[in-house]
Amino acid sequence: MDYARVLRGAAGVAGFLAVAELVGLSGLVDDRFLPRMSTVLGAATGLVADPEFLADAGATLTVWALGLLLTVALAVSAGLLLGTLPRAEAATRPLIEFLRPIPSVAVIPLAILLFSDNLHLKLAVIVYAASWPVLINTIYGLKDVDPLAKETLRSFGFGPVSVLARVALPSAAPFIATGIRVASGIAVILAISAELMAGGSEGVGIYITEAASGGRVDLMLAATLWAGLFGLVADAVMVAAERRLFRWHHVRTGGAR
Amino acid sequence: MLKITDLVHSYGSHRVLGGVSLSVAEGELVSVVGPSGCGKSTLLRSIAGLIRPSGGRITLGGRPVERTPDDLAIVFQDYSRSLFPWMSAANNVALPLRRKGMDRRQRREAAMAALDQVGLADAGSKYPWEMSGGMQQRVSIARALAYRPSLLLMDEPFGSVDAQTREDLEDLVLNVCAHHGITILLITHDIDESVYVGDRVVVLTRSPAVVAADLVIGLGRTRDQIATRQLDAFVRLRAEVGRLVRGGHTGHTTESTSVLEKK
Ligand SMILES: Nc1ncnc2c1ncn2[C@@H]1O[C@H](COP(=O)(O)OP(=O)(O)OP(=O)(O)O)[C@@H](O)[C@H]1O
Ligand SMILES: [Mg+2]
Repeated sequence: MDYARVLRGAAGVAGFLAVAELVGLSGLVDDRFLPRMSTVLGAATGLVADPEFLADAGATLTVWALGLLLTVALAVSAGLLLGTLPRAEAATRPLIEFLRPIPSVAVIPLAILLFSDNLHLKLAVIVYAASWPVLINTIYGLKDVDPLAKETLRSFGFGPVSVLARVALPSAAPFIATGIRVASGIAVILAISAELMAGGSEGVGIYITEAASGGRVDLMLAATLWAGLFGLVADAVMVAAERRLFRWHHVRTGGAR
Repeated sequence: MLKITDLVHSYGSHRVLGGVSLSVAEGELVSVVGPSGCGKSTLLRSIAGLIRPSGGRITLGGRPVERTPDDLAIVFQDYSRSLFPWMSAANNVALPLRRKGMDRRQRREAAMAALDQVGLADAGSKYPWEMSGGMQQRVSIARALAYRPSLLLMDEPFGSVDAQTREDLEDLVLNVCAHHGITILLITHDIDESVYVGDRVVVLTRSPAVVAADLVIGLGRTRDQIATRQLDAFVRLRAEVGRLVRGGHTGHTTESTSVLEKK
């Protein structure tokens, strides 16, 4: 990655933290409502050694991972099906176009009514919300496969299933991977939202709720900070993996980085 | 082994092939020349079963071509799009060999041997997008050769390589045809080349294409880049094909007229 870019990003973050701290110091806001930045950062550091928070973080992480796994399994299969059967795709397109823009958080109350099991509820909302980018990207990636590449394999006598597995899927893989990366971010949001709205016994969302009821705004913000940081790191790891795995794609599409 | 009768094809209302009839005997190398856009690639795709022609008949070994025939390989004109960018050159060449029931090691060895034949012995681990156009074109030739098809279709296979490599590849194709009994249909826009490699040269007219002439090139099988091209017969045939491609009528070359009368 570009060194100067990283540096500029770091400078931006440092600048923001400094301004936030100054606002706190200036006494413009009551620090019972909005604690000083240094307090929040201190609390965040403290959470690393807090077994209660770690258990909650582990629970959210597990839900996130399970949800993402289910999403990939479901949405990629569905995408392969719709991407290879144009008629089925045409038939389902209006439905997809209608459902996709509904803010996913809005389905949580419905899920609360439908699921008695808290884990099932969280997984259901994650899968519902995170599937869209994977599904859409899989369909799009399959449409984008060079017909000549498929014809090449056909001309050597390979059947449709081989063509799908050996040409269509690898060539759609970079698009699918991007979809999964977007889905990962959505899964973090939905996991915590579901915890906040549906309650339960453990999770970062639960931790935040409890901190709020105890009037510990600093702990609330510290937990939120960790959630954001996790999303950021997950994204960066996936970007790096994509660059590595799909170098052929990035070279060809002119993505120079 | 290949017999084409009254092949007609239109894209929408645009008629490209206007009744092409042509037959190729087992082990023969037939060059096809014709003006740009006359339907040469369309002809080739029809033979390969990649498009369903609007009319006419194609039989391969007596059986009509309905889907892609077994034991056929194509070198596409758009060679760079026909290579898989997520695979190294060696893996590109080795992939079709799965159809031959070869194990991993055999595929690898066959791929390396084929790459060696086209002068890319050291480039097996390179990816297509790391290669020049000429190198990519040779990889796609190697892939077709490694497959050892009984029918090999080549669509302007030497367009992007330098003159020296081109001559080497022409001789390689001649060699493969002679020693492995592969039947080859080779499309080219290079008149010189069509005569040099061909047992026969088929000239197509402008679209809607029909066969303008079908010349037997009686130059024997052993050809030499320098000596053969200096032969009187070669020079005469080349002029003849050139005239035909430009839309002129058959001259007085005995060989060609006799073929035309025979048809
Ligand atoms: N898929 C297609 N859809 C519509 N028209 C097509 C298609 N493929 C080819 N054509 C048209 O058919 C005609 C013949 O095309 P074809 O590629 O067979 O010619 P060619 O002889 O191979 O040309 P070249 O020498 O330039 O390779 C051209 O006018 C082309 O524009
Ligand atoms: Mg062509």
